[in-house]
Amino acid sequence: MSNTDIIIHDEKDNVGVVVIEKITPNQDCSCWIMENDKTVNIKSLNEIPLGHKIAMIDFKEGDTIIKYGHDIGKVVKTIKKGEHVHVHNVKTKKW
Amino acid sequence: MEIPKSFLGYKRENGRVGTRNHVVILPVDDISNACAEAVANNIKGTFAIPHAYGRLQFGADLELFFDTMIGTGKNPNVAACVVIGIEPKWTKRIVDAIATTGKPVEGFSIEGAGDIKTIMKASKKAQEFSQWASEKQREECPLSDLWISVKCGESDTTSGMAANPAVGNLMDKLEPLGVHLCFGETSELTGAEKVCALRGATPEASKKFTKTWSDYNDFILKEATNDLSESQPTAGNIAGGLTTIEEKAFGNFQKIGSRKFIDVLTPAEEPKKGPGLYFMDTSSAAGECLTLQAAAGFNIHLFPTGQGNIIGNAIEPVVKLTGNPSTAANMSEHIDLDVSDILKRKMNMDQAGDALIKATVRAANGRLTCAEVLGHKEFIMTKLFRSA
Repeated sequence: MSNTDIIIHDEKDNVGVVVIEKITPNQDCSCWIMENDKTVNIKSLNEIPLGHKIAMIDFKEGDTIIKYGHDIGKVVKTIKKGEHVHVHNVKTKKW
Repeated sequence: MEIPKSFLGYKRENGRVGTRNHVVILPVDDISNACAEAVANNIKGTFAIPHAYGRLQFGADLELFFDTMIGTGKNPNVAACVVIGIEPKWTKRIVDAIATTGKPVEGFSIEGAGDIKTIMKASKKAQEFSQWASEKQREECPLSDLWISVKCGESDTTSGMAANPAVGNLMDKLEPLGVHLCFGETSELTGAEKVCALRGATPEASKKFTKTWSDYNDFILKEATNDLSESQPTAGNIAGGLTTIEEKAFGNFQKIGSRKFIDVLTPAEEPKKGPGLYFMDTSSAAGECLTLQAAAGFNIHLFPTGQGNIIGNAIEPVVKLTGNPSTAANMSEHIDLDVSDILKRKMNMDQAGDALIKATVRAANGRLTCAEVLGHKEFIMTKLFRSA
């Protein structure tokens, strides 16, 4: 089994979480989907540290981020597949 | 793994079982802290639980104060208790309620006597209690005598991936054995409140949860000067990769595994519907939440952390686990169980749950937790509103 760089909780999720110290730009990353035990690959565009999220698809403003199979917030700035997803481009829908 | 059927605990007069054998010197109010601490300093085998309140509280805030103080004294981890207050009336109310458990308890009031005479009288009683408690032996007790509370802190994305679902795995395995379980953190379920409400075991439980959460949310909307995004997620959460309160909430929610809650408790309320999972309306501040859960009678606590919260509790041993490899390495003196191998796929959730059951039973049997060894005895009163 190749090393896992990124974990995705649920098959429906459109973001993954970095589980190594960091991934670097243009790194080919191996992603493990916990729910169905499948492996997919993605090329990163940014440096992303441990515990931070990577976009598994392209997002435009107003799109919804899905993690744990649930809505965890809205995209406020366009995000490309492979980019870092965090407070600079995603906000809560609560307030 | 075969789950242990029993652990070694202290059987109390009322049938409950303690994982610890504390003799507590409990001050009723802020100005009695000095006296309580002097007694604890005189008499080995005892400790004081100083706190900031207990004067001029009224209404619901006063009732919660009494529930917290009385519940702390009644907790089976407390073998015996000396209560010291400035005035006799509130002191007596606490003593009488603790005495219903059948455990040794005695109250002293300072007014009219002064600190020094009170310290002398209370020290003599504390000595008697300490020597009495020191002869208590651990006995084999069924695992169902464990009352396990849970709360996570300084969470990051590893909490939702590893440490919290490990707690959930433990709940899934221990609930069928008749263990009492409790989760709280009303504010940190925000974003997952609708999904959480569906986990009520009965329509009444679901309805009670929704009302509790809505009341809380109304309070936030009324009091907040801006939205909560400054404090939820916290700066530590954001550094750890958590982006929104919803993401934090769904990660938090992993702690209850696939269990359903049978009832919703008010802060510090003792569960009365028998074994199973309870939700308690608590703050998400670790010190406040643990103090309320301990006051409700829970005798061991599981605390998953991401970035490294170091909380302990005055009377409830806190077993800490993390899925964050950096936290496990850099803050190892605080971590009772490292489950970061989950992230490397070297450990699965079943194994993590088993490891946590082992660590929990060892701590219940008497192994000191990291928080205990490091002297963490946090006791933080939840204050509903300012005093008169």
